[in-house]
This record gives sequence, C-alpha cells and structure tokens, in this order.
Amino acid sequence: MKLTKTLLTTTALTVAAGMVSADGHMASEMTIVSWGGAYSNSQQQAYHNPYMEKTGVTIINDESSAEAVAKLRAMNEAGNVTWDVVDVVAADALRLCDEGLAMEIDPDTMLAPAPDGTPASEDFGDLLVGDCFIPQIVYSTTFGYRTDLVGDTPPTSVCAVFDLEAYPGKRALEKRPINNMEWALLCDGVAKADVYDVLETEEGQQQALDKLATIKDSVIWWSAGADTPQLLADGEIVMGSTYNGRLFAVIEEQNQPVAMLWDAQVFDLDGWIIPTGLTPERQARALDYIMFATDTQRLADQAKYISYGPARLSSAPLVGKHAELGIEMAPHMPTDPENAKNTFLYNYEFWADYRDDIDAKFQAWLAQ
Amino acid sequence: MTDNVANGPMLAADGTSLKSSLNRALRRQKLRALMLIAPLLIFVLLTFVAPIVDMLFRSVENQIVSDTLPRTVASLKDWDEEGDTLPPPETYKALYEDIFVAKERKLHTRLGSRLNYELTGMSSLFRKTGRRVEDMGEVYQDQFEDLNPFWKDAENWNPVMGAPAWVTAQNAWTKASGRPQPAFVPNPAIADILPQTAAKFALFADFVQNEDNDNLSKTDPWAVVYSALYDDLSTGADISGYTGPGAQELQEAAAVVASFETVDFSAAMTKVDKDWSSLDVWQTLKVYSPDFTSGYFLNSIDMQKSVDGPEMRPENQQFYIRLFVRTLIMSLVITGSCILLGYPVGFILANLPSKTANLLMILVLLPFWTSLLVRTSAWKVMLQQQGVVNDTLVWLGLVADDSRLALINNSTGTVIAMTHILLPFMILPLYSVMKTIPVSYVRAAKSLGATNWTAFWRVYFPQSVPGIGAGSILVFILSIGYYITPEIVGGTSGSFISNQIAYHISSSLNWGLAAALGAILLVVVMGLYWAYDRIVGIDNVKLGG
Repeated sequence: MKLTKTLLTTTALTVAAGMVSADGHMASEMTIVSWGGAYSNSQQQAYHNPYMEKTGVTIINDESSAEAVAKLRAMNEAGNVTWDVVDVVAADALRLCDEGLAMEIDPDTMLAPAPDGTPASEDFGDLLVGDCFIPQIVYSTTFGYRTDLVGDTPPTSVCAVFDLEAYPGKRALEKRPINNMEWALLCDGVAKADVYDVLETEEGQQQALDKLATIKDSVIWWSAGADTPQLLADGEIVMGSTYNGRLFAVIEEQNQPVAMLWDAQVFDLDGWIIPTGLTPERQARALDYIMFATDTQRLADQAKYISYGPARLSSAPLVGKHAELGIEMAPHMPTDPENAKNTFLYNYEFWADYRDDIDAKFQAWLAQ
Repeated sequence: MTDNVANGPMLAADGTSLKSSLNRALRRQKLRALMLIAPLLIFVLLTFVAPIVDMLFRSVENQIVSDTLPRTVASLKDWDEEGDTLPPPETYKALYEDIFVAKERKLHTRLGSRLNYELTGMSSLFRKTGRRVEDMGEVYQDQFEDLNPFWKDAENWNPVMGAPAWVTAQNAWTKASGRPQPAFVPNPAIADILPQTAAKFALFADFVQNEDNDNLSKTDPWAVVYSALYDDLSTGADISGYTGPGAQELQEAAAVVASFETVDFSAAMTKVDKDWSSLDVWQTLKVYSPDFTSGYFLNSIDMQKSVDGPEMRPENQQFYIRLFVRTLIMSLVITGSCILLGYPVGFILANLPSKTANLLMILVLLPFWTSLLVRTSAWKVMLQQQGVVNDTLVWLGLVADDSRLALINNSTGTVIAMTHILLPFMILPLYSVMKTIPVSYVRAAKSLGATNWTAFWRVYFPQSVPGIGAGSILVFILSIGYYITPEIVGGTSGSFISNQIAYHISSSLNWGLAAALGAILLVVVMGLYWAYDRIVGIDNVKLGG
C-alpha cells in the first residue's frame, strides 16, 4: 500500500514538474555531453554554472564524447535521443552532419553576434566547418618532451621524433594515421604544401609508413589523450604527442620536467552540435544554451581554466589569467604567434575521404 | 489384461485412451514448466538474442544503396560492368534524380560514407555532388517559367497534378488549423499522360507534407519535376485529349518543348567531379547495388568484392586473418598458463584443512571482486619499463639499467595481465572437482606400491581432468572475446580481434564490418566448442560435485 502510494505521488510530482517547465516552452533539464576531466571542468565553470544560475535549468553531464558518433547513431536508430547538446571534434561533427544526426545551424540567427555587432559567421570565420558545427575552442595536437632525458640540445623540430640517434628512447604517438602520416612525410623531405598531394597516392602513403617504420619499435601507441601525459610523468617516454591542454596540465599544474615542442603542431577544433530528433521544447532549450555558451565573453572565460584558444576572433583580447594558478594564459595558447610559427590545420576534407582507406593500411601496418 | 491390449487401446479411468490421457497430463506439466521459465526466456530473447541477431544481420545488409539510388540501381542492371564503357546517359539522368531527392531528404552523404568503405573518395564525391545538384536541372525549370509564369507558382501546380477532391481539401486547409494536411492524391488523368512528372511530383508532395511539414500549396516544386515534365513532353506525351486544369499551358509547352535547351547530365555530373567519369566509381556502385552483400564478410577475411568476383586484398591491407589466428593462439597460451598456475593452487586448496583453505580461497577471490579496470591499470604500473618489476630486477642486478625488459604494450603484457585476471575461472572449477576426489584412492594406490608420482599421475590426475576441462573452456572462451585488457596493456602486438570490432563500432562506424567480424568470431568459438565436445566430451566437464 505504502509503496503504491509513494509511487503514485512520485509519478504525479514528476508529471507536474514536466509540465511546469522553466519558460513554458523550453525543457527544464538538459543533458550535455563532453570529454570529462579538466576540459569538462572548464565548461562547467565557464558555461554551465552561469547558465544554470541565469535560467534555473538543471544540467546533467555525460562524459561520452569519445564515442559520441556511434552512440548518437544508435540512439537515432532506437528513436530515443537522450542528449541535448554534444561536444565533439570537428571531424566527428562533419560525420554527424553527413549522417543527418546533427541539426544544421545558421550562425547569424542562432548564435550571438560579437559585442561590436559583427555577425557570428564573420566572428568565427573559417572555423565554421560544415553546416552543423559550432566551434568552441582551437586546440592542437603537438609534442611534449622530458627536459631531463633529451641531453643538452632540446629538440626544436618535430623531426626529432624520428631521430633515434640524437634522442634515444620511446616515443608516444596516437594509434591512428591522422597527423602521424603528415609528420612522417614532413620529416622525409616533403614540402609542407605538398603533403596532402603526396598522401593521396599509394606511393606517398607507403613513404609515410616507411618513415614511421624507422621508429616503429620505439613507439608506444596511445588511444586516450591521458596516456602521453602519464607516460611522460613516469619517464616511460622521451617525447610524445597529445593535446596541448594536457601538456599544459603536466607542465604548469603538476610541475613535471616536461616542455612543449610546438613545431608542426596540428590545429583542430572542438565544439558543439545539437542532435536531430529532439522535441521542440528540448531543441529550443539547446539552442538557447548554445546562444549563451558561445558568446564572446563565455568563450574567453573558458580559457581561464584550460589552455585552449577561444574560437571567436573577438574573444582573443579578453583572454586573461588562469583562474587558480594566476599565470598569463596567452603564451600557452596554441594560437600564440610565438607557438604558431609552423602549424598545420587538420585537413577535414582529405581525411573524410581517405580515412577508411589509410586507416585500413595503417592498422595492417601496425599488426605486421 | 492381455485381451484388452489385443482388442483396443488401453483406456484410462475416464474412458479416453491411456496414451492421450498421459500426453495431456505431461503437456500440462511441460506447459507449467515453460510458464515458470517464461519470464526469463522472454527477457533473454528480448534483451540478448534479438539485439545480437539484429546486429549480426548488419553484416549482410546493404539496402542503403538501392533505397537511396533506386532509379540508378535499376538503370545499372543492364550496364556491363566488365566492359570499359561508362554507363549510358539515362543512368546519369537517373543518378541526377536520385541524388536530387536524396539531397532533399539528406541521405546522400550517408550513402557516401557507406560507399567510402569500399572506394576512397566516395564520401566527398557525394557531398560535392549534393551541393551542386540543385543547379543542374534548373535549365528546364527556367525555360518553363520563362515560357509562362503559370509554372512558377506552387498554387498552379496542385490542380494540375492532384485529384480535384484533394485540391479542394488542400485549399481549405491551413497550418494554423492544427489538423493534419490532407495527403496528396494524384490526378489520374495526368498520371496517364505524364507518368514521369506525376511520379516525381508525388515524391515531392510526400516529402513536403510528411518530412518537411510544409504547406504543399506554398512550396514550389523541385527542379526534377520540371525536368521530368520536359522528358514527358519531349517524348511525345499526348495531351490533346486532356481538358483539366492547366491544359492550355501544357499544350503551349508541348508545342515548343522541342526547341528547349537540353542538359547533358553525364557532362554536368563530370563537371561537378571528374570521378563520375571514372569506371571505378560505377563499378563500385554496381557491385554494391544488391540489397544484400557478402562484401563485409569478404573484407573480414582480407578479401574484397570486385567486378571479377571475390579477390584477395592487396598485401598491405591484409591483417584480419592474422589477427584471428593471433587471438586464438594467445587465448590458448593464456589458457595454458592458467592451467599451470591454477592446478597447484587448486590442489593445495582442496587438500588443506577447510579453515586454512577458506582463508586462502578469499585470497583467490579478492582480486576477482576488484574492478577489472583497476587490476589492469595496476599491471601497467607493475610492468612498465620504469615500473616495479623492472626496478626490482635492476636493483637485483639481473637486468642492466639501459636494457630494461619490455613487459607491456606487447603480447607479453596481454598474456601476463589476462592470465592473472582469468585465473579464478580456472581455480574455482579445479578446486570444486578436486574437493570431490576421495583421499583414499591415492592412499590405496600408495599402499599397493605406487610411487608418489605414479599415484598422482595415474590415480589423482585423471580424476581432476573434468575440472581442467571446465576451467579451460571458461578461460578460453572468455579470453577470446576479451577487449579492455588487451586494449590497455597489449600495444599493437598484443591486441585481439575484439579490439578491431570495438574500433569499427565506435571509431570508423563501419558497423557492417564489425558485425561480420563478430559473426565469424561467434562461429569460430562455437566450432571450437563442438570440436571440444567431440574430442573430450562435454559430459566430462564438471564445475563441481
């Protein structure tokens, strides 16, 4: 009896709560998916907390961004999309858009203009990749090295990775062809402008794999962004690639003897998408959140907590000091002129086409 | 009694035949038993068997091609893919129509991703074509609209294409009314005279009303409807007998349509991307046009489909067979090392007084209760080059500091960590079987003059074999599908086929290939189980008692 009563009351309350939503036509609860760790924390501080304060909405965090594409596809097939806003890298956003799993965004009507009135499409500029993606940060995949294991001549070029004589020891590389193939060709004498032309050909792909083969026995292949920082901290590797924010944490927050090798860093974007198949109330809520969370001030705020560059031009001048460490964040940004002397931009179009093919060859090569 | 049997069927007390009465009683019993297990059975079927069957079905499913490009697939039926000529212009026109519709429904890029698994470049080919396809047929639209502004207006099209009763209903409907939009009903007279136009308009109407939820009276028809109208009129549609709405405009158009500027769709497609003039692209489309494909299965045994039938993949892309073999061999090694380590432990546990045995048993079970991830990560700390094991070896002077052992990120790491993790699955069945072997047998053997070894080997060991069998099956089958441990400690040489399946499920999104790999793994395991049953006999496997 008592149980039935409790159940009935709870149901009644839930239904009532569902009907009285915050603004009448928007959902009062939303699930935001992101990467977890320090990155989610920076979003919590810069976006979620102010938004919850402003609107009274409850935000539920889900740390599933790594499998976001697969999970969204499964949710879509099951006809039950439980996520409202999803944080993904640009390449994944393109795939979600291609598969019809992400909603198309019109930047000028759905995103806030810059404080001086510049429309969002100009403020984000080239970083608006695809039709569904709302960029948030610029991050880079780059190398960090142990300062105590490289002798008297710290590496200045990405080709140090391929130089086993000058820098003996293990290196960590990501267990996928993207970025590694480019670096291999670059260090095999291919000019930066020609890298993708070469990589389109069978011979070019083989050339890159052959170059990687020269260090294959000394490579630890990582698949989670936390691996390289861990391996560096343990002294397992001399140098390794990972996301620049992770290296910042190792260097500045954990004070490990590690330094950045910005040379040939590969810029990539991370941002939001809104899944298709939401109810109108939830979609309105998601759009409202996006409008808030990607305005100029909010993007600049995020840089207080993590060393990723804001995706809006107008946010850059507002980047200040780290919220806890109190150090200037600008010199740690991948976009800082001092760091960005030699950079790559992730070639979305190329990898959308060649990913399956080169992946198959890369996986076969790894297994040999 | 004997008379009874000879004269007729034996009868039960109520007069029915004993046989059927017995059957009825048994049936009732069986039904009751079935009802008792029904909740579990239904639960297992719904949550376990059905999803697996559905997932495995993806390994052959390929309807996406014919669903997205129905006209192109039909048109390619007659094209000889082994020749060296490109498909005829009609196929290009069919492709234009298909991609136009697919683009409106946002399906073309999905197909592009699907076909990109088979041929590099398909992804961007479809994306690019989708972006430009709208302009391609506009030539016809413009000419019709220039000829007579009548064709510009959505409101003029509806009475021509739709049945009169529907037109009345549609005109009376407004979005604000909240009622559903009256579903489009084609005008039978027009469908007879202008079949292609009617078909395209029906597609358009269905899309507007059901997917876009727009008012059909306010939405201008797609460019494909105009090009279909041109086709119908230029191929001599007889409109002289038609007197319904728009008859005058149709006749006017029919009179001049021969002088219309035409579009060469094969040239237009090739202009968008030169890949449309590549034989490879068309061959791939044709080879993958059936609703079901063996492509994924061929791919998972290092082969591929081509116009000449299945063939081996190039050397530098072969590795699935190697990975399957590696998974089997490493699972055997892990099972073997579990037997070697588990047997003595089980023996000691079974022969100690139960107080001590229980205490030691907790030591076996304790890691079993610890999270898998924690145990695997602990092995990382133990085995890495700057880890506990190497440090100890260096400190003992057994290994030089600059040549520390590589114990992790290779197959050694996988074998060590997985042996540890699966050891309880070996020890527990061994222990429960050994516990039931009477001590008196070994004593009897010894009293008859057997040495310790003979007594063990000839008397004790054969009785413990069912335990080894049970433990081996458990460990082997568990390890063959293991995923997380090889992923963390296995590096590249210690990863299993399940890691590839996970990769295709969550990263490359090639679910068909993942399903095929999974199906093969399932069949291999069942085949091994069958072989084991034939050789050892499943009756010889005991989990206890």
